[in-house]
Amino acid sequence: MDVFFYLGPIILMLLLLGFVTYAILFERKVIGWIQNRPGPNQVGPWGLFQTIADVLKLLLKEDVVPGKADRSLFKLAPIIAFVPAFAILAVIPFTETWQFGDFAVGLLYYIAISSITIIGILTGAWASNNKYSLLGGMRSAAQMISYEIPLVLSVVGIVMTTGSLDLNDIVLAQKKVWFIVPQFLAFLIFLIASLAELNRTPFDLPEAESELVAGYHVEYTGFRFAFFMLAEYVYVFAMASLTTCLFLGGWLPLFGLTMIPGILWFLLKFSLVVFSLFWIRATMPRLRVDQLMQFAWKVLLPLSLLNIFLTAIFKEIPVLSSFY
Amino acid sequence: MELEASFLTIAWFIALGIFLPVVALTVGKWIRPNKPSSRKAITYESGVDPTGEGWVQFHVRYYLFALLFVIFDVETIFLYPWAVAYDSLRATLGVWVLYEMLIFIGLLVLGLAYAWKKKVLKWE
Repeated sequence: MDVFFYLGPIILMLLLLGFVTYAILFERKVIGWIQNRPGPNQVGPWGLFQTIADVLKLLLKEDVVPGKADRSLFKLAPIIAFVPAFAILAVIPFTETWQFGDFAVGLLYYIAISSITIIGILTGAWASNNKYSLLGGMRSAAQMISYEIPLVLSVVGIVMTTGSLDLNDIVLAQKKVWFIVPQFLAFLIFLIASLAELNRTPFDLPEAESELVAGYHVEYTGFRFAFFMLAEYVYVFAMASLTTCLFLGGWLPLFGLTMIPGILWFLLKFSLVVFSLFWIRATMPRLRVDQLMQFAWKVLLPLSLLNIFLTAIFKEIPVLSSFY
Repeated sequence: MELEASFLTIAWFIALGIFLPVVALTVGKWIRPNKPSSRKAITYESGVDPTGEGWVQFHVRYYLFALLFVIFDVETIFLYPWAVAYDSLRATLGVWVLYEMLIFIGLLVLGLAYAWKKKVLKWE
């Protein structure tokens, strides 16, 4: 157990870097297919080495710190943004036995730690001493805190049904039916809010190339920039894993096909979620900033509060109560 | 797993999370070029020479959203334990558990409605 304790997270980190490398390639491929073009196909067969080439290029780029920037904060910001992205993976149950830290408050831990990244983004935006990056960072923070509320509240229905914040218990509570069915409203809210939390299209306003140059990381070059990007994709990994655990039954098999191991089921559902994220990115246009904020506070927040009471009411109805 | 072991795991995850960027940036330092010049150090504003400070004033509505966020985030701190204990509370206290939470959320929703009416939520 001791060897696994130290080696497990290292293996996870390597797997994660592999995932990020190929998720980026896959994303570009998928968007390419949707837009009727081949996507990256020059570097290696089928473009397989494209991202590796990109990472090497970033590694060989000069590291420029703007003269007016707050140097120490500027250098610290990518690390602040990346560390929580990796730390939240400690509580994700990949299978029944394959989980690093079995916390009774796993879900709460995830939600609490993941919001620290906002501080990293704001630090980087402010330390750059650049108008565009500051505006981008403020927008990013405003968006992320606004959508965090519906994200957190939509999960309360699941917590009420399960009576636990332990992600293991939440997965096991879905033996009868996945939460996507009884908590469909919560699933929709969660999906939309998680897209906004991940800063992905249609909610990629903080990056909005056409209006803000590139948002909070305008001044970042080379590998410091790469760590902001890495944090973003690690969040894709984490959020897709969390969605799988909360709504899609985690490692639980479908149709009683128990001969297929749990990890494969998890990967299957996980890949489906990741694919949908890319699919949505390729399909939706970007929202306007005024629509974005109003949508969070005027639509998603009341709906997520409604969901809590709907869950409580359904618990009282005899036929339905076994699902809630 | 014991609680202590779980905390150690998280400490190890955080340590690794710090380790990766530090190592990658240190290794990068050995292989990347370093030719600083005064032109490179200028703040980037799409090629135009920047005027004034980068730390500009921004709109007050960001603070209003931050305040709203704090209100509702604190609300979730109350909601989570309530949700975890809902079934047992329902069995002992009856439907009052639900009414009490309705009253509590109702008060906060009143605040939201006020902010809505005051056009705080509107982003121009």
